Amino acid sequence: MSSVRDDIFVGLVVLVTLMGFVAARWGGANLQRLDEWALGGRRFGTVVSWFLIGGDLYTAYTFIAVPALIYGAGALGFYAVPYAAIAYPFGFLVLSRFWSVARARGYITAADFVRDRFGDRMLEIAVAITGVLASMPYIALQVIGMKAVLMRLGGYFALGNGELALTIAFVLLAAYTYTSGLRAPAMIAFVKDTLIYITVIAAIVIIPAKLGGWGHVFDVSAAALAGRAKPASILLSPQLEIAYATMAFGSCLALFIYPHSITSILAAKSRQVVQRNMALLPIYSLMLGFLALLGYCAIAAGIKTTDTSSVIPTLLTSYFPGWLAGAALAAIVIGALVPAAIMAIGSANLFASNIFGEYRPDRTHGSAHLPRLLALALLLFALAFVVFVPTTYAINFQLLGVIWMIQIVPAFVLGLYTRAFHPKALLLGWLVAMIVATAMAASTAAGGTGVSANITLHLFGTSITAFIALYGLAINFVVTILASLVLWALRIAPGVDATSASDYAS
Amino acid sequence: MARRAWNLLLLVPFVAYLDPAWYNHVEPRLFGFPFFYWYQLLWVVLTSLLIATVIALGRRK
Repeated sequence: MSSVRDDIFVGLVVLVTLMGFVAARWGGANLQRLDEWALGGRRFGTVVSWFLIGGDLYTAYTFIAVPALIYGAGALGFYAVPYAAIAYPFGFLVLSRFWSVARARGYITAADFVRDRFGDRMLEIAVAITGVLASMPYIALQVIGMKAVLMRLGGYFALGNGELALTIAFVLLAAYTYTSGLRAPAMIAFVKDTLIYITVIAAIVIIPAKLGGWGHVFDVSAAALAGRAKPASILLSPQLEIAYATMAFGSCLALFIYPHSITSILAAKSRQVVQRNMALLPIYSLMLGFLALLGYCAIAAGIKTTDTSSVIPTLLTSYFPGWLAGAALAAIVIGALVPAAIMAIGSANLFASNIFGEYRPDRTHGSAHLPRLLALALLLFALAFVVFVPTTYAINFQLLGVIWMIQIVPAFVLGLYTRAFHPKALLLGWLVAMIVATAMAASTAAGGTGVSANITLHLFGTSITAFIALYGLAINFVVTILASLVLWALRIAPGVDATSASDYAS
Repeated sequence: MARRAWNLLLLVPFVAYLDPAWYNHVEPRLFGFPFFYWYQLLWVVLTSLLIATVIALGRRK
């Protein structure tokens, strides 16, 4: 039953689990303190941050889903590449500013900032709820990524639909997230990212060579996609060009405002560390681009399946020698553990700090007791979600998560630059956009095929197919601007701004 | 203020990816990759270099 592949896999997963617990001793800090548990003491340098943020943003689900989308839909799936490129110039501007104000005033979440900036408790809660709602299905998707690997391993890994192994791994994850906080994923990220780079570099060297080179892989894929019952192409059809661009842009706006992104950014020790990482993290995007193209390799290799999440595990185990296949599958599983831990920490912070209002006036020296318990609960909830709810639900909710997340852009991102919008107007814009965008997404699922990211609207005499998140954001802005005009005209006073200009500067 | 002006370089990647119609074709190929793919991968590298440039220019007084 045992093989080199399985031994390597188990060895690596056991290693990172031990590291997760040992991480509690890293730096000899008092992990009862909130900023030590939740943000690793805010002292990570350029290298640690690069591994942590990269390990956080490029998740196991990404590694499974992006090639799967290319495999299933052709060129449209490549939108992840422009998305993962333009996110960094955007992040460079916005996150530098946010890091500074967060350091100056001791924030641990985006909602902490919104409360201080606008003096509005309701807006704070709205931003916090959005983050938690968007994170939960995202954690669940990490579990699904792990499950795809366990099913591929087969044998006792696949017992009970993979749920036995899944439960053991996730309970251990919850335990070391509880004890070590952000230090656990930060330490594990070194192993995760090293394995991922080895896997991807080996894959893009070995697999296309065995399939007759990249040119051949594209040609075979083009022919195979065209011949499908539902034809696709290695180029975009003209009506999908707007969808492609809006999906890239919309996802880019959402990426860095997710709670897990905020958490790993705020753990950086200086503004320079954040900025340098924006220049260095695109290395991951390049890797993601090549990984995406493995979807075409799978087509060229003749892999045929309707369960697209099995495409990458199948491809890797078919073409790699046993030891490398073991390392590659371990990379995906560990790649699920890192972001799942950070997402749970980020959401737990939002719950404790912003929904329960645990930490005023003193956040920096607050106790980590409540968020630790909440992170534990959130991870176990995500596990239960995957065990008891069909997979397609998690995928649909994740898509809704992006559509929701982006609706805090006016309050959070523009709030970093201006108070021109009235806080109550921002709240109304958020509420209307959440409802309308959710209704749009639900209407795309009416045929029973699941939620789609795009919707075709007939505007100004033409029909435009675009990303629902951006339609929602447009509605959000219109309502926010109109309501602001009314509230300012009525001279209804907004809350007090607790931040000052110098907080944002350095 | 000059430092702010250099930040405009950060808009360049948005322009490069703005309209997929510009790069939605197969030819010219590079190492077997259709233009659609190598153009977008190339811009990942250029985006990184632009950000590094903005950092370097911001440090110089």
